[in-house]
Amino acid sequence: MYSVVLSRVSKTYHLDTVVVPALVDINLEVRANCFTVISGPSGSGKTTLLNLIGCIDHPDSGDIVLAGQSVNSMPDNALSGFRLRHLGFIFQSFNLLPVLTAYENVEYPLILMKMPAAERRQRVMALLDAVGLANKAGSRPSQLSGGQRQRVAIARALAASPKLVLADEPTANLDTETGAAIIALMRKMQNDHKVSFVFSSHDPKVLAEADDAVFIRDGRIVNIERRAERTMRVAS
Amino acid sequence: MMFSIALRNLLRNRRRSLTTLSAMIVGVVSLLIFGGYSHNAILSTQTGYVQYQGHLQIQHKGYFLFGSGNPVAYGITDYQRLLEAVKNDPVLKPMLVVVTPTLRLNGIAGNFANGVSRGVVAAGVVIDDQNKMRQWNDYGSLTYSPRVELAGTPDDSVVIGTGVARLLQLCGPLKLDDCPTAEELGLNDKHADGPAAPANITALSALEQANAPQVPATHIELLAASVSGAPNVAGLNVVKAQNWGVKDIDDSLLIMHLDQAQRLVFGNAAPQVTAIQIQLVHTDQIPAAKARLEQLLTTQFKDMPLEVLDYETLTPIYQQVIQFFNSMFGFISILIYMIVLFTVGNTMSMAVAERTAEVGTLRAIGQLRSGIRAQFVCEGALLGIIGGALGVLIALPVAYLINHSGLTWAPPGYSYKYPVMVRVWGDNQLMFGTPFILAIVAVISAWWPANRAAKLDIVDALRHA
Repeated sequence: MYSVVLSRVSKTYHLDTVVVPALVDINLEVRANCFTVISGPSGSGKTTLLNLIGCIDHPDSGDIVLAGQSVNSMPDNALSGFRLRHLGFIFQSFNLLPVLTAYENVEYPLILMKMPAAERRQRVMALLDAVGLANKAGSRPSQLSGGQRQRVAIARALAASPKLVLADEPTANLDTETGAAIIALMRKMQNDHKVSFVFSSHDPKVLAEADDAVFIRDGRIVNIERRAERTMRVAS
Repeated sequence: MMFSIALRNLLRNRRRSLTTLSAMIVGVVSLLIFGGYSHNAILSTQTGYVQYQGHLQIQHKGYFLFGSGNPVAYGITDYQRLLEAVKNDPVLKPMLVVVTPTLRLNGIAGNFANGVSRGVVAAGVVIDDQNKMRQWNDYGSLTYSPRVELAGTPDDSVVIGTGVARLLQLCGPLKLDDCPTAEELGLNDKHADGPAAPANITALSALEQANAPQVPATHIELLAASVSGAPNVAGLNVVKAQNWGVKDIDDSLLIMHLDQAQRLVFGNAAPQVTAIQIQLVHTDQIPAAKARLEQLLTTQFKDMPLEVLDYETLTPIYQQVIQFFNSMFGFISILIYMIVLFTVGNTMSMAVAERTAEVGTLRAIGQLRSGIRAQFVCEGALLGIIGGALGVLIALPVAYLINHSGLTWAPPGYSYKYPVMVRVWGDNQLMFGTPFILAIVAVISAWWPANRAAKLDIVDALRHA
């Protein structure tokens, strides 16, 4: 069972008169409830691929199916609703709203979903507790460390109980130790919440944690390693 | 949540928000102060007119347009019956303050002892009624309408404007201050202030003076056309000169007892008046009172060619005053609202530019374009509401200070100064309407940058991080 299926997806950027092919003829199936890492050098198309999977960008051609629905032809409002219900985002720079507390940042998607206040409170506190920040619920992002901010971002990404969480280099702005802790937390949350994680990274430690690894170069997938193959490779 | 976020975002950049709010506060205070001033001026003007001529007048048809100075042709006969009918009408009675007859005539007032004369407009009035009319002050305006100082005086007593006194060289006998003679001003022509009496009148006066008993120095003669068409002269005693406020009136008005004016014009014939002045409790009763009066005239006085005119018709300048102040207020309003429009628009544009990545994040996690738009519009509205509310709170003490500062000014054409007053408190339309419009302007000016934020491409917006 796949949570994401990309068929012959291409994306091109136009920089003045220069045409830059960002993704070329991508075919990819992301397995449900797995930890999938997209890896490749800078400029290889990792972020573009994540943006397309995250429905915040549109392919020039090809088809993208998420949670059994083709998203290519969805109008903007429907896509927003789809992202709210089915997708979670974790950003490299955390992207928390600076005027909101940790609690309110996590609560925000639930307000958009019009979840009742009591249920919302229960859900937010449970998530903050799960990421180890229950005691920081009232803190603004500026009062938190980088690692703590990313924990809040993880809680926010999981708030709406999405099927898929996308993370664009979530450890890039963190030191090694904190980055490792964040990866471990994401792995734990992925297991606990039965959700697929797809993130981009070229950190070998992150790759080592992945169930599936997708290697991309110059906008093309050059290799996909599934868990079984990876286990065999590690064993050998 | 949206207003909470909006408020926090405004507080996030305090200096910029304060600058924007300052511009809005200055704008609101300016509008309220000028609006309060013009509103007060309009109400004071209305009060003045109502005190002098009432809200409504019943006149002979055509008198207003053609009958000025011709009381014989346009007089109201049997006016006592009309007076009684109006006073005792059960519908009108609760609305009435004063119902009084008046006779206006043109004449020549002469101080023939000094050989000077002056064309005057004489008003024959019921003194007590006129003094009661002067007390009308439905808006609590500062009023300087002087009482007619003829109560309890003999029939031949008159009050004249200080201008008339100056022209008739009565400043000395009337002991008037600030009433220079032509000589004192270095104008040696003793007739510089007014035309000399006709030679035959002067000669007649001199002839009569030889045999006439001694008269007081305040004695004048008033020459007017009588009902028979022949001139009639009344000897009058000036008891006081009063400043009527407007120079043209001050230079020409003479007030006398109604009986005396009627004897001068109508002699032994049946007396008439040129108008029945009706003062109401409140100005907004005019339509009802006018309708009832017209009904009375068409049913009980259909044989008399009468019409009912309101004070706005009788004093066309009142509408011009209103138009003048309204156009000034409108012009200033447009200027200030334009400043607010651009100030808030600039502030919101900067906010959108600074928070582009936030917009991208919110859109990515599922916020609709309309939600983004609403968020920024909400911030603009909040700026407008806070700026408007603070503007009102500041304008009220400023208005109080102005009202108690003792500042004065002389309106165009007026011969004395009025205190500068602004009427903000109590004028709900101004006090609540101005900040409301300001908030609307703020919303409109926030709309464009908000719309731009809502249309941002999510990927491009996220790249701003």
